[in-house]
Amino acid sequence: MIREVAWQDVMYLVFAIRWTLLLTLLALSGGSLVGLLVAAGGASGSLVLRNLARAYVGLVQGIPLLAWLFIFYFGLSIVGFNVPPWVAATVGFSIYAGAFLGEIWRGALISIPRTQWEAGLAIGLTYLEQLRHVIIPQAVRVAIPPTVGFIVQLIKNTSLASVIGFVELTREGQLTTAATFQPFTVYLLVAALYFALCYPLTRYSRTLERKRRVVH
Amino acid sequence: MAYKFQFRDVFAQQDAIADGLVLTLQLSATVIALGFVIGTLVAAVLVYAKPWARGLAHAYVEVIRNTPLIVQLFLIFFGLPGIGIRFDVVTASVLALTINLAAYTAEIVRAGLESIPKSQIEAGVSLGLTGPQVFRHVVLLPALKNVYPSLTSQFVLMMLATSVVSQISAVELFHAGSIIQSRTFRDFEVYTVIAVLYLGLSLVMRAGFSVCYRIFFRRS
Repeated sequence: MIREVAWQDVMYLVFAIRWTLLLTLLALSGGSLVGLLVAAGGASGSLVLRNLARAYVGLVQGIPLLAWLFIFYFGLSIVGFNVPPWVAATVGFSIYAGAFLGEIWRGALISIPRTQWEAGLAIGLTYLEQLRHVIIPQAVRVAIPPTVGFIVQLIKNTSLASVIGFVELTREGQLTTAATFQPFTVYLLVAALYFALCYPLTRYSRTLERKRRVVH
Repeated sequence: MAYKFQFRDVFAQQDAIADGLVLTLQLSATVIALGFVIGTLVAAVLVYAKPWARGLAHAYVEVIRNTPLIVQLFLIFFGLPGIGIRFDVVTASVLALTINLAAYTAEIVRAGLESIPKSQIEAGVSLGLTGPQVFRHVVLLPALKNVYPSLTSQFVLMMLATSVVSQISAVELFHAGSIIQSRTFRDFEVYTVIAVLYLGLSLVMRAGFSVCYRIFFRRS
């Protein structure tokens, strides 16, 4: 049955934001774990670890996110799990986010001059203490603006989870379109909602970046 | 484990794969060329134009960069016919991808243009170069050189992002995958093959761009 876009449709779309945000949070958690490993490996002294990290990043960034989602959606069911879309999406997005976050954080780690490590060593800190008290506090300040920028990418990219049937904002838009047959209004609204989510974060990331440059 | 991988059925569909690959290459080449030119123009507007034009360009870049590509694509392909503007699948794909890429390119090239110190431009002028000569040799080429790595990774990401237009049934590589999947039911194998092909394409592109770098920026 075709009907007008009603107030309830708008509210459905607004409430679908929570699934977009939830998937973003899940991906961010999974991606952070993977990203920490990638960053630690990529910034480490071991050539093998560095190459492994680089290969991982190259592999993930060389294949469309859409393909990763399908591979996990169909692949995990082969291994014997009956995967609901949200699991496939979480795994796919974690793998994907891990590569990008890993690169950002590796860059932040190696941006700290060697002399800082040596200074830590000179005052008798162990390797872990150097990391904890000297390197990480400085690296975090470098890493936060691009990390926030990447969260914007992640929010936008969760829209692709709609293709494996995860009902988030974009999928809700498709469903609403099917019921009302007013794609122009609906997708404009969907785009506006994404913009409302992403733009403040983009601005925030830019402000942080500017502040950091002033400090240095 | 009971599952047996069967790639033979997938490879038997090599014609569909080849057709998809061709459209992916055509789409990528067209979109990168158009997106680069338009994006560079928008970047010039962002840096040099009057405030009102700058504001417009800025709004365009922000709106595109803060909404998902797939929603932009749906808006153009499914939404615009609602107000009487209709495109075929490939035109809508090229349009959506170009509008998207141009915004990202503009932001990258803007950073490049702003990285050129004013004294360089003055040096160019004092050498007796004309305005367009200064822009070309002193501003644009060094600016592009400075942002070359981010610009070309954006192009590779765009090639990968062309897979999104499979969602409006443009028969590019990823859609070829869905077609083969529905013929053979070998979903995992199909998408693995497709993924490997994309990986190959992105490696070739990266290698190509580093050769281009040596050709274009050898002397600078």
